[in-house]
Amino acid sequence: MRRLLAPAVVGCAVALVAAACGGGSSSPSSSSSGGGGANTASAPGITATNITIGSHQPLTGVAAPGYDEIAPSSKALFDDVNAHGGVNGRKITYTYQDDAYNPTQTATVVRSLVLQDNVFGIFNGLGTPTHLAVQQFLNTERVPDLFVASGCDCWNNPGKFPYTSGYQTDYTIEGKITGQYVKNTFPGKKVGYLYQNDDFGQGGIQGLDQQIPKSSVVTRQNYVPTNLDVGPQVAALQASGAQVAVLYTVPPFTALTIGAAAKIGYHPQWVTSSVSADPTTVGNLLKGTSMLEGLVSSSYLPSPNDTSNPWVQTFMRIHNQYVPNLPFDGNTIYGMSVAYTFVKLMQQAGTNPTRQSVVNALKTANLAGPGLVPISYSSTSGFTGVQMGTITGGKFVLSGPRFTATDNGPIGTFNGTQPPPPSNL
Amino acid sequence: MTTPTDSGAGAPARVSRRPPDWVRLPRQTLLRHLLLAAVVGLLAFWLSDNVGAFTDLQLSNVAAYTIALAGLTVLTGHNGQLSLGHGAFIAIGAYSTGLILEHTSLPIIVVLLAAMGVTAVAGAIVGIAAARLRGPYLAGATLALAVALPSVAIKWSSIFGGEQGIAVNPLTPPSSLGLSFPPERWVAWLAMLVALIVLVLLANLLRSRVGRSFRAVRDDEISASLAGVHVARTQVLAFVVSAACAGLAGAFFAFNVQLVAPAGFPLALSIALVTGIVVGGIGSLVGAVWGGVLLVYLNQEATDLAKHFHISAAAGANGALLAYGVLLVAVMLAFPDGIQGGVRRLARLVTRR
Repeated sequence: MRRLLAPAVVGCAVALVAAACGGGSSSPSSSSSGGGGANTASAPGITATNITIGSHQPLTGVAAPGYDEIAPSSKALFDDVNAHGGVNGRKITYTYQDDAYNPTQTATVVRSLVLQDNVFGIFNGLGTPTHLAVQQFLNTERVPDLFVASGCDCWNNPGKFPYTSGYQTDYTIEGKITGQYVKNTFPGKKVGYLYQNDDFGQGGIQGLDQQIPKSSVVTRQNYVPTNLDVGPQVAALQASGAQVAVLYTVPPFTALTIGAAAKIGYHPQWVTSSVSADPTTVGNLLKGTSMLEGLVSSSYLPSPNDTSNPWVQTFMRIHNQYVPNLPFDGNTIYGMSVAYTFVKLMQQAGTNPTRQSVVNALKTANLAGPGLVPISYSSTSGFTGVQMGTITGGKFVLSGPRFTATDNGPIGTFNGTQPPPPSNL
Repeated sequence: MTTPTDSGAGAPARVSRRPPDWVRLPRQTLLRHLLLAAVVGLLAFWLSDNVGAFTDLQLSNVAAYTIALAGLTVLTGHNGQLSLGHGAFIAIGAYSTGLILEHTSLPIIVVLLAAMGVTAVAGAIVGIAAARLRGPYLAGATLALAVALPSVAIKWSSIFGGEQGIAVNPLTPPSSLGLSFPPERWVAWLAMLVALIVLVLLANLLRSRVGRSFRAVRDDEISASLAGVHVARTQVLAFVVSAACAGLAGAFFAFNVQLVAPAGFPLALSIALVTGIVVGGIGSLVGAVWGGVLLVYLNQEATDLAKHFHISAAAGANGALLAYGVLLVAVMLAFPDGIQGGVRRLARLVTRR
C-alpha cells in the first residue's frame, strides 16, 4: 500500500492539471435590458461585436448523407450577412458539432457548447430523437433553443419548454395534408406505411390517419435508424399489396427502401414526407433519380429547381460564393432559410438582446422570408402548412394550392405571397 | 495475467525497500485506505469547486468510468475472468435508474442502491454461466451480451422508450447550496464521493481473504481448490462485485447524460472499458482512475484535435479510434503494466535514489 501513495499523489496532480486545462469557469450572465445606445455584452455569447451560437448536427452516421450540408449552408448565409455588416453591428459566429444522430452524443456536445463554449443559444439542432435528449437541459439552463430542425410537435409546448421553438411544419400537420392528397388523388387504392419508430414517424402517421380511411391502410411497418436492413419491411409492404407506399423516413432510409423495393420488383406510388423528398440527396444514394420519378412529397420551402424564384437565386449566389463544393439542393435551401430566419429574429430582438428577450421577441416577430406558407410562433411553432409536389424529370416540382392547418383543426388554403429577399443579402 | 499487484505476495522488491518516514502510513488496512480517501476526496472537492460546469461534468464522467473500471479490475485483473460485455451491465444500471426515476420519486441513495442491486442480480446470473466458461469462450459469451442487450430496449419500446430512450430528470442540488449552484457540480460531488467509497471498499476487499482467493483462482484453479477455495463460488462472487460496480456507474451515466438510450451503450463502450483497465494498469485500482481520465479526455481531445487541423467530421470521428489504438500500442510498449505500472516504476526510482 505504501507503494501506492506516491503514485496516487502524482496521479491526482496530473488529473488536476488535465482538468484545469479542460475548461475555464463559465462567466455569469450579465444581463441588461435591450433599448438603444451602444452595443454591450448583453448575454452569454453576445459581446459588443459578436453573437456566438452553436448546434448539433449529424455530420457522420446514418443520417449524415444530405443532412451534413445543412450546417455549412447556414454558415454560408451567416458569412454573407457578416460580410454586409452583421446583425445590429454584430457578426454571427456559428459552431456546429457532430452528434452522429446519436442522442447520447447530442447530450454531450450540447453541454460542451453551452457550458464550455458559452454559446448564446442552440440554433437548428437537428433530429427528433437527438434533440429530445437536450430539450430539458436547455430549458433548465434557460438557453434559447431556436428553430429545432424537426417537425415533432414536442417543440410546441411553451408551458413546459418556453425556450424551445421548432422550425419546420409539424409532422402531424404535414401528414394531414399529405393524407388529404393521397385520399383525393389515389381513391380506393391500398395504402401502406413505413415510418421511423419515434416521435418523427409516429407524428406523421397520426396526421395521415386523420385523413386516410383506416380500412384502406393495409400495413404499418416501422424501422429504427440504427438497423440499416429494411428488407423485411419492404417485403411486408409488397406482400400486403399496398399500391401507395407512404414513407416517414430520413433520406438514407428513403433511398434504402426504394432501392430494396426495386430489387424485388415492387413499384408502388411512393409518397414521402418533406424531410426526405430531395431528389439530389436521395438520388445520389440511388445512383440517379430514375427510380424517384413520380414520387410525391411536400414542402414549405421553394424547390431548389425553381430558378425563377428570387430566394432560390439569392441562395444560389451565396452558395457559389461560399460553399461551391457542396451540391445545391433542398438541404442548401433549408440551411440558408433557417439561417435567414435567425438573422431576421435577431434584427428584431433589440440592440442589446438577452436570452429572455430573444425568446420573447420570437412570439411577435415578423419572420416572413423564403417560406411558401406563413411561419408563426404565436399559437403553433414553425411553418403552418405545406404545398404538395412531384419529382418530374429528376426535379422536384411544386404545384397546386398551398395548404395550412393545425394539429386538430381543418385544412385551409393560403393565398398570400412571398416577400422578396432583402437587397443586402 | 501475472502482473504484480498491489499486494503481490512475496515480491522480493518489498523486503529491500525502506520508504522514508513521510510515506509511512498506519498499519491497519482500513484506516490507511480511509486516510488516503479523505486526502483524495478533499483534493477532488477543491478541484470541482474551482472549475467550470463543463469540467464538473467531465469529472463526474471520470468518476463514473472509474467506478466501472475498478469493478472490472477486480474481475479481470484479480480474478482473471475477461468480460467483453461490461457495457451491458452499465446499461442495466442506467436503465434501472431511468425507470425508477420515471415512475417514483425515491431519494437518490435508494435509486443508487437499487440500480446496484438489479445489476448485481444480473451479474450473478451471468457469473454462474461464466464460471463454467474459460478464456475465449467467456469472452465470446460476454461479447454476445453486449451485442444483444440494446435490442431488448427496442423490442419492448413501450417500457424502455425504444431508440429514443428514457429522459432522466436532472438531479437538483439541495437548496441549502444556493439557487445558482450548478447541477453539474452537485452530480460531480456525488459521483466522486461514490467513486471513493467504492475504491476504499474494493481495496479492502482485495486485501482480505476474499481478495486472496480471487488471485489464487486467477493464478491456478487447481491449487486454489486444493487449498480449500471454492473456485466456482469465488468466480461468481467476482462477477457480482464487478457487475454491481458497473450498475452503479450506469446510474451516474444516466445522471450525466440525462438520457438512457441504446445508442449510449454500444459494443465500443465494452471494448473501451477493457482498453481502460489495460492502459490504466490492470490489477491496480489506481489504474482504474487513470483509465477513467483517459476514456473521458482522450475522446474529447482527439475530436478537438481533428477539428483544429480541419479534418473532415467523418475522418475526425475515426481519429478518436485511431488515437485509442496508437495509445494502446504505445503504452503497452513503454509500460507493459499500464500507466499505473509506469508511475510505480518511476516512483520506485525516485524513492530509491
